[in-house]
Amino acid sequence: MIPAVLAQVGGTRAAPLQLPEVEYSAMAPALILIGGALILLVWVSVVRRRPPWLWAAFSLVTGAAAMGASLWLWFDVRDDGPRRAVADALVVDGFSVFFFVLVSATVILAALLGEGYLRREGFGGPEFYVLMLLSASGAMFMAAANDLIVVFLGLEILSIALYVLAGFHGRRLESREAAMKYFVLGAFSSALFLYGVALVYGATGSTNLVSIAQYLAGNVALENGVLLAGMALLLVGLGFKVAVVPFHTWTPDVYQGAPSPVTGFMASASKVAGFAALLRVFFSTFSTLRLDWQPVVWGLAVVTLLVGSVLAVVQTDIKRMLAYSSINHAGYVLIGLQAGTANGISGALFYLLAYTFMVLGSFAVITVVGRRGDAHHSLDTYRGLAARRPTLAFAFTVFLLAQAGVPFTTGFLAKFYVVSAAVEEGSYALALIGMLAAVVAAFFYLRVTVLMYMTPASAEEVTEGAPPAQPRLRLPATTGVAVAVAVAFTLAFGLLPSPMIRFARQATLLM
Amino acid sequence: MTLDGGWYLTLAAVLFTIGAVGLLVRRNVLVMFMCVELMLNAVNLTFVTFARMLDDIGGQALVFFVLVVAAAEVVVGLGIIVSIFRRRGGTTADDLHLLKG
Repeated sequence: MIPAVLAQVGGTRAAPLQLPEVEYSAMAPALILIGGALILLVWVSVVRRRPPWLWAAFSLVTGAAAMGASLWLWFDVRDDGPRRAVADALVVDGFSVFFFVLVSATVILAALLGEGYLRREGFGGPEFYVLMLLSASGAMFMAAANDLIVVFLGLEILSIALYVLAGFHGRRLESREAAMKYFVLGAFSSALFLYGVALVYGATGSTNLVSIAQYLAGNVALENGVLLAGMALLLVGLGFKVAVVPFHTWTPDVYQGAPSPVTGFMASASKVAGFAALLRVFFSTFSTLRLDWQPVVWGLAVVTLLVGSVLAVVQTDIKRMLAYSSINHAGYVLIGLQAGTANGISGALFYLLAYTFMVLGSFAVITVVGRRGDAHHSLDTYRGLAARRPTLAFAFTVFLLAQAGVPFTTGFLAKFYVVSAAVEEGSYALALIGMLAAVVAAFFYLRVTVLMYMTPASAEEVTEGAPPAQPRLRLPATTGVAVAVAVAFTLAFGLLPSPMIRFARQATLLM
Repeated sequence: MTLDGGWYLTLAAVLFTIGAVGLLVRRNVLVMFMCVELMLNAVNLTFVTFARMLDDIGGQALVFFVLVVAAAEVVVGLGIIVSIFRRRGGTTADDLHLLKG
């Protein structure tokens, strides 16, 4: 045994160790986020002067720098074409850079809305921003991964930071409970995903997405049970992350318990990254096995759409309601994946783009209305909001209507594109179910709007028995900016959608 | 004596199933936590076995990634468990009942 090993070592000594070339530019946005997080950590432990606004400002600068690097990569890919980097572990194509831009935007908005929240709740340190930046870098790695193990690493970087963020509000028991539930189910889903990776590796001999695709194109397996089991486990693992029914059970509890800005970040970044990996792995790598996964995705999309919209109707907590609504949204993105065409994928991308701004905007409003302690999330709190804070109520109405898919908002176009992609492929039943789910969903979005505008503000005191002098809702300037940006995006690109549609169309996968 | 790779894969699948079922039925959070570790190590065994069967070093290298991630998860997970159960005697998941609906 030992002589054999020595002989091997001796044999390889002649050849120098081949190290892969690391193209740092390919992952520049993610590296900027990690660097920013590390600088924040060092800063807080080394420098004594720490003005509280500094952390937010620094995170904003980091997010903006990541956005700049992403846009630079976007034009680079457009001019020089997509490429693979770091020994084929990452891929820089329109698809991954699209998600870089999207995640950078999430970071900027979440930092804006975290600032006011942290100040209100009396948290001074930079932990929130550090964890958020690290988590976002994981999301970027997931989007750019060209290897299943890199997808797994990105998933874990994203999730582990999010477990801590979910339990960030240490004084609220709900927050810690949410962290616990998220952690247990997240670890479970990661293990399932990883077992899927192992089985796919065993069946195809590689974890590299391109090698897998080449193997599948060149070999027809007569007994591909291991491969199919692996593929199913990958779907389940990622399905947990993006909250697809029946793997959604953690979503309402965690969304309700986690601090509101964290919920907003989680709902956008985690879902976006999960779908990035899901779309790339299934649409591009397993495209030869389409006939095997398409019916499964069809079924998942149907139950996700129906369960998400129907269960949202019976919720009395706004965050739980939006949790089910985010499950419902995941169903629409699955419609795009199920179509399995370029139009379906660009429709799904546009959906994720519109969804990110709608959901972050919604949670910005919820953060403000939650008041100190982050505890006022019953639907009754929204009674007569329009009389007290008309602009806030207007912004929330825009987000809710956009999520319902009302015309002249991005939400309408997003639903339109995925449904039309399904119709092009002849999935009439799925398209019909999607539209029916939208009708059901419109009910609970409109109910909140009605509560805000058509019930008197005084009703709140009667129903809640709250102290008569309601403290006026304080809208921090940074949160106001975040809300304004999200409203502007939702309305402007709802009216003039062509730049964003072109953006989603050009975000093509490198096959 | 040599054993066919299939036996190792079967053992790994059995271990993974025990872990998954244990996570779903046990009520003690620490035991649930150990079940996650069991699942991850079953995956490691699968990776190593496939690497041996395919004669490919890549599968063995992947185990290191899994080990590192599992260690990071342990750190965060135990931190969360400690923070939530510090003021209580036991660590049963049934105590987590604030969020439902």
